[in-house]
Amino acid sequence: MGGVMELDQVALRAYRGMCLARAFDTKLSSLYKAGKVFGGVFLGRGHEAVAAASAVFLERGRDVYNPFIREMAGRCVWSDDALLEACRSYFGSSLGCMGGKDGNVHWGQPMQGNPAPVSHLGAMVSVVAGMLLAKRLRGKSGSVGVACIGDGTTSVGATHEACNLIAVEKLPVVVVVTNNQYAYSTPNSSEFACADLADRGKGYGMRSHSCDGTDFLQTLSVMREAVRAARDGEGPQWLVATTLRMCGHGEHDDASYIPAELKEAYAQKDPLDVARRQLLRKGWLSEQEADKMDAVARDDVQRALAQAQREVTPAPQTINWNSTSWNPEEV
Amino acid sequence: MSVTYIDAIHQAMEDLLAEDELVFLYGEDIAGSFGGAFKATKGLAEKYPGRVMNAPISEDAILGVAIGAALGGMHPIVEMQFADFGTLALNQMGNNAGAHYFRTGVPVNLTLRMPCGGTPGGGPFHSQSVEALFAHYPGLHVFTPATVGDAYDMLKQAVQIPDPVVFMEHKYLYRRVKAESFVNPDPLPIGRARIAREGEHATIVAFSAMVPESLEAAQLLAAQSGYEPEVVDLRSVKPLDTDTILASVARTGRLLVVSEDFPWGGVAAEVVARVAAEGLHLLDAPPLRLTSKESPIPYLPELWKAHRPSAAAIAQATRYLISL
Repeated sequence: MGGVMELDQVALRAYRGMCLARAFDTKLSSLYKAGKVFGGVFLGRGHEAVAAASAVFLERGRDVYNPFIREMAGRCVWSDDALLEACRSYFGSSLGCMGGKDGNVHWGQPMQGNPAPVSHLGAMVSVVAGMLLAKRLRGKSGSVGVACIGDGTTSVGATHEACNLIAVEKLPVVVVVTNNQYAYSTPNSSEFACADLADRGKGYGMRSHSCDGTDFLQTLSVMREAVRAARDGEGPQWLVATTLRMCGHGEHDDASYIPAELKEAYAQKDPLDVARRQLLRKGWLSEQEADKMDAVARDDVQRALAQAQREVTPAPQTINWNSTSWNPEEV
Repeated sequence: MSVTYIDAIHQAMEDLLAEDELVFLYGEDIAGSFGGAFKATKGLAEKYPGRVMNAPISEDAILGVAIGAALGGMHPIVEMQFADFGTLALNQMGNNAGAHYFRTGVPVNLTLRMPCGGTPGGGPFHSQSVEALFAHYPGLHVFTPATVGDAYDMLKQAVQIPDPVVFMEHKYLYRRVKAESFVNPDPLPIGRARIAREGEHATIVAFSAMVPESLEAAQLLAAQSGYEPEVVDLRSVKPLDTDTILASVARTGRLLVVSEDFPWGGVAAEVVARVAAEGLHLLDAPPLRLTSKESPIPYLPELWKAHRPSAAAIAQATRYLISL
C-alpha cells in the first residue's frame, strides 16, 4: 500500500466483501427462520457500502479495525478468514476465535488489531484509541484506527468521552458513523436534535466528512480521504454516512415502525445494486464477472457454514471456565 | 527512616517505570508538577517523560484506553482520582476488561488504582469502599492492602499479573500507616490472608483500613477483658483466602467480619456465607458482621466516625460475640 490507491482495485476488493456479506446475511436469515441459530441474528442490509469502505483502506497487522453489528462486509474485506470466523461465532465452534464462549456479532481477534466488541454501545471507541496509543508509545507510526458506530451510538456518553479524548490526544482514528436512521425502533428525531450529525465531529475538533452511504463510489472516495488524512498525521476524522437499515434490528424484528414511504424511497438504493451498476458503468467489472463474483460468494458462504456447523463445540465439562489467566496457587 | 503507605505506592510505581518499559501511568491530574490529587505520582512525569499522562475527565474512556493499550502490549496503571468515581468506569472494567479473557483467551494486563474509603470531611462521594462492586464481576482481581509492605509488594505484583487488577488503596492509611522500610517483613503470595494478630477467643476478619482498627480493638479487649482475639488481614478480597479464615475459625470458634462498606451484600457477607457453608461445624456462635451504616456516608466528622466501624465498635461487637 502507500501512495494514492487506485480506486478500481480497491472498489473490486470492497465489492467482493459486499457480495460475501449479502450472501452470508441471506443464508443466515434463512437459518434463523428455520430455527437453526441460537439467540439473535443481526444483518447489515443497507450498510454494505459503508462497511466495506471502512475496512478497504486498512491493513491487518498494522491498523486497528473495530467493526460491530452491521459491518460484515468490512470484516470480509479486513481478513480472509472473516467469513469462517463469523460462521464459527454464530454456531459456537471451539475452533473460532471466541471458542464458543461468545457469539453472533461479538467476535474479534484483538492480537490482529480487531478488538472483540462488547454490546455496550460506544465502549469500543476508547479501546480503539488505546490500541493506537499503545502503538504511539511503542514508537510505531503510520497506523490508523477505524471505529464503526451508528446514529444511536452517538447518543451514548462513552462515545462522547472517547471522541473527545481521541481529539485531545490527536490520535489517528476515523470514527465512522453509519446513520441508518433508526436506533432499533427509535428514529433520528428522538435520538438527537442537532441539524446534522456531521456537526458533532466538528465539535470534538475533528475534521468532518459526509457521504451518501448508499452511493458506493462516493463512499469509497470520501473514506479514502478520511483514512489518508488520519494516516498522514492530520488528526482524527469523523465521517457520517447516511443510509437506511434495510432489515430489522435483528431478524426477530420486522421493522414495521419504518414508514413504507421511506422504505420505498430507498428501494432503488440497495448498496449492492448501486455498486454493481457503478462498477459496470466504469467498466471495472463485466456482467459475467459480477455474476461470477455473486456465485462464488454464495459458494464460499455455503462452504464456511458447512464447515463451522461440522466443527466441535465446547462442552461444559471440558472448557476452561477460568475468567482470569492467573490464579493463586493452591495453599 | 520512616515511610508511609502512600510512599510505598509512589515507590512501587517509580520502580515499575524503571524496570518495565511497557508501564505507563494514566489518569486525571497525575502529570506535570501537580502529581495527582494525593501526590502519589509527584515527580514521576519529570523523571519519565511521556509515560505519565493526564487524561480528560472521562472515567469510562480512561479505562477503555487502558484496555486498548493493554491489548496493544502495554502495561497501563490507571489512577482513578477517587474510588467513588470508579462507578463511571464499572462498565469498562466489569463487562469489557473482566469478560475479556474468558471470551477471547487474551488477558488484559491493566492495573486500576482506586483511592478509596472514608476520611474526616470526605462526604458521600469521596469516601466509598467499592471493592465489592468490582469483585462481583468475574475476571477481576481486587487487592486491598493494609500495610506499607503490602502496598508496595501488591502494586508491583498487580502489574506482573497479566489480568485486570483493581488496587484499592485506602486514603485514611496514606499518611497514617508507617513502617521502617518498603521491605515487607512478612511477604506472602497474592491470594493468602495474613494473621495480623494471633489470638484464641474470636476471629476478626478485616481488610484495608479496618485492619488497624481491628488490631486496636483487639488490644483494647485484651487490656480491658483479657480476651485475645485473632485478627486476619484478607490482603485481597478477590482472590479470597477462605482456607486461612476457616483455619482461624477452627481455632477460635467465633467469627466477626469487619468491613467499611455498606451492609447489603459485600465482602463481609461473602466471608460469612463461605464460613457458614464450609465451616458451620467450626462455629460455637452465629457469625457476625460489622459494617458501616445503611446510609450514604455523612460529611460531618463526628457523624462519619459514627457511620464507620471504629476500634471501640469492633471491640464491643467482639465482646458480644464472645458472650454468645
